[in-house]
Amino acid sequence: MTQSVVVQVGQCGNQIGCCFWDLALREHAAVNQKGIYDEAISSFFRNVDTRVAGDGGSISKGKICSLKARAVLIDMEEGVVNEILQGPLRDVFDSKQLITDISGSGNNWAVGHKVFGSLYQEQILEKLRKSAEHCDCLQCFFIIHSMGGGTGSGLGTFLLKVLEDEFPEVYRFVTSIYPSGEDDVITSPYNSILAMKELNEHADCVLPIDNQSLFDIISKIDLVVNSGKLGTAVKPKSLVTSSAGAFKQRQEKPFDAMNNIVANLLLNLTSSARFEGSLNMDLNEISMNLVPFPQLHYLVSSLTPLYTLADVNIPSRRLDQMFSDAFSKDHQLIQADPKHSLYLACALMVRGNVQISDLRRNIERLKPSLQFVSWNQEGWKTSLCSVPPVGHSHSLLALANNTCVKPTFMELRERFMRLYKKKAHLHHYLQIEGMEESCFSEAASSLSALIQEYSQLDATKSMPMGDLPRLRVAV
Amino acid sequence: MSIVTLQLGQSGNQIGFEVFDTLFSDSHCSQGLCSKRENEAYQAACKERFFSEEENGVPIARAVLVDMEPKVINQTLSKASQCGRWKYGQRSCFCQKQGSGNNWAYGYSVHGPRHAESIMNLIQKEVEKCDSLSGFFIVMSMAGGTGSGLGAFITRNLQDQYSNSLKMNHIIWPYGTGEVIVQNYNSILTLSHLYRSSDALLVHENDALHKICAKLMNIKQISFRDINQVLAHQLGSVFQPTYSEEGSSHYRRNPLGDLMENLVPHPEFKMLGVRNIPQMSEHSLAYSTFTWAGLLKHLRQMLISNAKMEEGIDWQVRPPLSGAPTLGKMPVNRNLHFNTSLANLVILRGKEVHSADLGGFKDPALYTSWLGPDNAFNMWKTQRAFNKYEKSAALVSNSQFLVKPLDMIVGKAWNMFASKAYIHQYTKFGIEEEDFLDSFTLLEQVVASYRNL
Repeated sequence: MTQSVVVQVGQCGNQIGCCFWDLALREHAAVNQKGIYDEAISSFFRNVDTRVAGDGGSISKGKICSLKARAVLIDMEEGVVNEILQGPLRDVFDSKQLITDISGSGNNWAVGHKVFGSLYQEQILEKLRKSAEHCDCLQCFFIIHSMGGGTGSGLGTFLLKVLEDEFPEVYRFVTSIYPSGEDDVITSPYNSILAMKELNEHADCVLPIDNQSLFDIISKIDLVVNSGKLGTAVKPKSLVTSSAGAFKQRQEKPFDAMNNIVANLLLNLTSSARFEGSLNMDLNEISMNLVPFPQLHYLVSSLTPLYTLADVNIPSRRLDQMFSDAFSKDHQLIQADPKHSLYLACALMVRGNVQISDLRRNIERLKPSLQFVSWNQEGWKTSLCSVPPVGHSHSLLALANNTCVKPTFMELRERFMRLYKKKAHLHHYLQIEGMEESCFSEAASSLSALIQEYSQLDATKSMPMGDLPRLRVAV
Repeated sequence: MSIVTLQLGQSGNQIGFEVFDTLFSDSHCSQGLCSKRENEAYQAACKERFFSEEENGVPIARAVLVDMEPKVINQTLSKASQCGRWKYGQRSCFCQKQGSGNNWAYGYSVHGPRHAESIMNLIQKEVEKCDSLSGFFIVMSMAGGTGSGLGAFITRNLQDQYSNSLKMNHIIWPYGTGEVIVQNYNSILTLSHLYRSSDALLVHENDALHKICAKLMNIKQISFRDINQVLAHQLGSVFQPTYSEEGSSHYRRNPLGDLMENLVPHPEFKMLGVRNIPQMSEHSLAYSTFTWAGLLKHLRQMLISNAKMEEGIDWQVRPPLSGAPTLGKMPVNRNLHFNTSLANLVILRGKEVHSADLGGFKDPALYTSWLGPDNAFNMWKTQRAFNKYEKSAALVSNSQFLVKPLDMIVGKAWNMFASKAYIHQYTKFGIEEEDFLDSFTLLEQVVASYRNL
């Protein structure tokens, strides 16, 4: 089995990362009752004998001694990382896995990317190499960051190039939080567009997420839970947003609910690689099946169910509802409507007591209402993992390569152009060594080219495609 | 003679387990409906073919398990040892840490060369345990990366290293509506490569097995385990021992050799399918009785109308009238739906098997013009009942029944290829556009040849 390393960059990246590690521990504790360090746990955790000083003391089998996250924490301010190190998860991290500074990036991509990039390049390389050495077979880097700020956006994307050069065979999966329209960071469009260019060029797969969608999902859950409409109570521990019953109790902060959703996304994404099932799906299969052309690697995700009622016997009607919900625009983690756009490919990752017939029945049922590109009419990738997430009997993660990301990118470009045309705040960037106006124009063209590709695909939507003439052979 | 089974990838290993389990359970079944002595001979023959013996008497499957990541093999090994009646050899597994990512090119060009030597060594050890080798049975799927890509590579190695032994590849045809998005690419690459290096391709379609589970077995929530068990039942009904000649009391020694001889008269035609009748849940079995006449009538119609199971058969389909042209009414399109056969093998197991009349299968109209039923049709039998079915009949057929599915896969792969989608994932590992074109060419040839039967 393989291992993955999580690299959390910036304030947002580290807050989400923190939620992720908490949930990961919770999940493995629930599944692994005997406390034996097995291959599933080793995908994200090392087993360390804390009595042995220094870096040795890695134990590969037997009882769990002390689990250490396979993570590198990077932030140019100390606040968030310090909090993590003083909080209930402090034992899970190693002080040697951190890179911090004091001054922060001032919401400036150029500071994050150019200044801190060159300043910390060696250290970053060293920490990454160390974490890779601890892995038997490293398959994937998960990078978590936000696009609108300075550190996550700038330094986070600087990292990508480093990873590509240093570990070309290891997949780079990026979870990116995109700024919403009312973002309070004025320069977030600049930061985002500059970061997008890096994502276009150096990421294998990007999962774009925006705060507005997460917020809407939280509101919806609160509404339902508090409305009293539900006959029976919501199962405890089943709220995707909550850390109740968590391994180590954390103080719930305002963004925690939203971060928990993203953390669950990452857990579910990797579940079929970590746990057994009748139809496994490894991480390298995600890229293989969902990325038909190298640049089109943006995947819209949706997670269902968001809570579970206390019913023990799930009638298949409810199971089918789970599938329907995955395609509704209310459950997407970015503002997008995949049902009314064009699918290039779609993956359904199911966990729990769901069989192949349930999967097939629902695909058949939903297919007619979805539009797939002509050369991929049956573009479904499916997986069945037997282990459900904590608090649920089953769950579904849908990953769609769909042209519905286009509006998000177009809006981003809009906001960028509004600022750029007036040259607002540009001097903050241009005064950084290595930054020129061409950086901006190149980033903008890169995004435009991407949008153009999606537009071209959209144009094929209404064209009925006949079968192409086949090769003819002499008999 | 013994058969060495090679289980490749998730599919191959999950299925392989069910096959060995079915073979074992059946051979130890008390409802064989025959004498004790006969039952013992049956058991011994089955054992020689598929199991070798360990000191403490627990039979070991003659199998090599290969996968590029460990979860499935671990599961398979533990399932076998849990049931306790038979097991896999402790050192018969080859495993790596990272899978093939559904990438045929990765399975073929990276895993293949890297691991072929170790895998061939394991196979050699298994071969040495056999007194006499009938050949290899390779279980794999076409849709994924390991079974398909690595499977193709290993089959070619087997051809080089064991050129005198037979190889039959058992292939899982994926569901029409995707399990894997690049399944059509993986399928055409697999089929074209296997066509060059394998002796016969025995195909099972997931869609067909699924329907059998739904309609005949009445299973509500169908799992892969259910599907694999139906598959194992069908394979068991083909591979369990049968008598070697009319009236002989010895069991057939070389099942693979005989299968090839009966069913693959020409190297251009290697695609075989299995039909089995009756198939039902154990619960219903207790209340059913059958006659050979009824079973064979259905089986024959299943053959000529290309039905996958005994329900929903199209009884309108008739073989074309041979000989003189008809007066007045010209049959339109030489019976579009009629399934012409190149060769057929019917295997009968159970009570009063000697009374079964197979005349219907000897009708020349069923067969292509250049091979008459004397050569094209064969029958094997035993009165020992199979898997608790008082009477069961299996049909292994080399016919047009796979033309449509093959044509569909080639068509879809071609459409995708025209847009160049996903090609970069293959060229990354050395499979170029020419390799795709070669595959398309070969398979179009196969489709055309079968169409013209």
